[in-house]
Amino acid sequence: MAKTVIEKIVQAHSRDEAAAGRIVWMDLDVRSARDFGGPNVVKHFEREYGDEPLDDPARTAFTFDLCAPACTLKYADNQQACRDFARKRGIPVYDVDRGIGSHVLMEEGLARPGGTAVGTDSHMNILGAIGCFGQGMGDVDITFAFRTGRTWFEVPESVRVVLKGMPSPRATAKDLTLHLCRILGTSKIALRSAEFYGPAAAGLDLAGRITLCSMITEMAGIIGFVPGPVGRPGKTAAAFPGPGTAAPEADPGARYAAEIEVDVDGLEPQVALPPSPNTVKPVSEVRGARIDSGFIGSCTNGRIEDMEAAAAVLRGRKVRPGVMLKIVPATRRVYEEMLSTGILKILFDSGAIVLNPGCGGCAEGHAGLTGKGEVEIGTGNRNFPGKQGKGPVYLASPETVAASCAKGEIAAPGEL
Amino acid sequence: MRETMLRGRVWVLAGADGRLIEDIDTDQIFHNAHLHITEISQMGAFALGNLEGWKDFPEKARPGDILIAGRNFGAGSSRQQAVDCFVALGVAAIAAPSYSAIYFRNAVNTGFPVLRSGGLEQAAAEGRIRSGDEVELDLAAGRGRDLTRDGAFPLEPMSAVQREIYEAGSLFRLKKD
Ligand code: SF4
Repeated sequence: MAKTVIEKIVQAHSRDEAAAGRIVWMDLDVRSARDFGGPNVVKHFEREYGDEPLDDPARTAFTFDLCAPACTLKYADNQQACRDFARKRGIPVYDVDRGIGSHVLMEEGLARPGGTAVGTDSHMNILGAIGCFGQGMGDVDITFAFRTGRTWFEVPESVRVVLKGMPSPRATAKDLTLHLCRILGTSKIALRSAEFYGPAAAGLDLAGRITLCSMITEMAGIIGFVPGPVGRPGKTAAAFPGPGTAAPEADPGARYAAEIEVDVDGLEPQVALPPSPNTVKPVSEVRGARIDSGFIGSCTNGRIEDMEAAAAVLRGRKVRPGVMLKIVPATRRVYEEMLSTGILKILFDSGAIVLNPGCGGCAEGHAGLTGKGEVEIGTGNRNFPGKQGKGPVYLASPETVAASCAKGEIAAPGEL
Repeated sequence: MRETMLRGRVWVLAGADGRLIEDIDTDQIFHNAHLHITEISQMGAFALGNLEGWKDFPEKARPGDILIAGRNFGAGSSRQQAVDCFVALGVAAIAAPSYSAIYFRNAVNTGFPVLRSGGLEQAAAEGRIRSGDEVELDLAAGRGRDLTRDGAFPLEPMSAVQREIYEAGSLFRLKKD
């Protein structure tokens, strides 16, 4: 039977017939746990399985990214509990220095095109960017995966999302993604796999694919893919080993639950208003709005291309006095590249605070929180109440965040 | 064999307008400030602790209560605590039009009954099911009844895997082959 991208990947890992709507047992190439979820996995494993073996320690991993290094005693204890278990069991630990787990799995070549990976991270489906089936799961699921290397899975239906036209040259992958958040909301691709077609999708570089695929969670989708080779690989693709540049393609004649056309022609920079990633407006309609702080980073916009974009805006400029800009690269490799290319210096000189890699700034963690009434504009994927602290959060591209921080109010990059 | 007929008092997670609240995310169910908690027994006190209008839920809930929620319940993060906090309170089941994929799995895997039901939105909006009512859920056949108002609402029956895990008690108890 002709298969969609998700059906193809699942089929390659299952003896059951992988067709939309079926529940199959699936082999996992990678299973991972981070510094939340992780300690629960250890606890469950020891209670439920005792000394029983792991299916394959080499394809099991701990990735610490949420609170890195630990800034509360609880996180410190939890990370240490995982380290102890990992040492005993021979499981690799990508520790607090290494960066966001999903990105580390791609950089380390553990997650590969056509592969399957799960972790205690709801944005594990970001791996769709390299054509890998990634899925966030809870700690019970992951414990079972540590032990057995398998999981049950209801193969989702797929939706074809066809992007019509080309965005304006001022719009970035994030602007395109926010626009899709507005159009698709949390219902159009909910519980389905999305395949993105059209020149605006095909032309994204890998960093752009990462941005798009990271926000499928906010659209309530299972995963998103841009089938076929990456239009412009870019530096991020060079940082990934293996054929990290081509996602599997669907078979001709594969069955889709729906086809949705989205007009992206002439799209301008966008921002998501607090408190939902799906309340999106053009920057031009909110320009001038007050901000107190900015954040550039997260699994959505933490690659070197994002840092370069921010640096291009901030070169020779200063973050407005009274505004705080926090910058957090996704991984240590991105950090290293910022250091060696001089981007770190540009950002530092602008007055930004540049922190070590991880989820800080997106999750409650090492990059601090917003206080009551503190208005932030950030590049993360979520601005739900309470996620980054007490203050309201706008979501935008690195360019828009950088420009806003330089101007001291929400601004489009072109305005400076 | 675990019980597949459940009966209990219901809490309808509706807003002031009587409509089911949609897209309740895991930070509203179990806020990330409490993520370091790993003891299930300690999680109940934080259930719905960040959902406007429902912050007193842990004091109101009684073991055996049933929850009715809006579509895309459990959106957001993968935290198991967002399920376990209800388990800790003794909540017997949740029925909602739809759930986030991760939330649904987490519940299924711990053997906590989560049921899908397309008809709930209308039933709640029309006042055919209200907080405090006595309801009955037939997990196997996929039938719901509001005993207080003597009305029925449809439920999707549990899938084979969901039923197997529920019967076994949890994913861990499932036979490994
Ligand atoms: S950056 Fe935010 S959304 Fe991404 S993995 Fe980290 S906590 Fe999750």
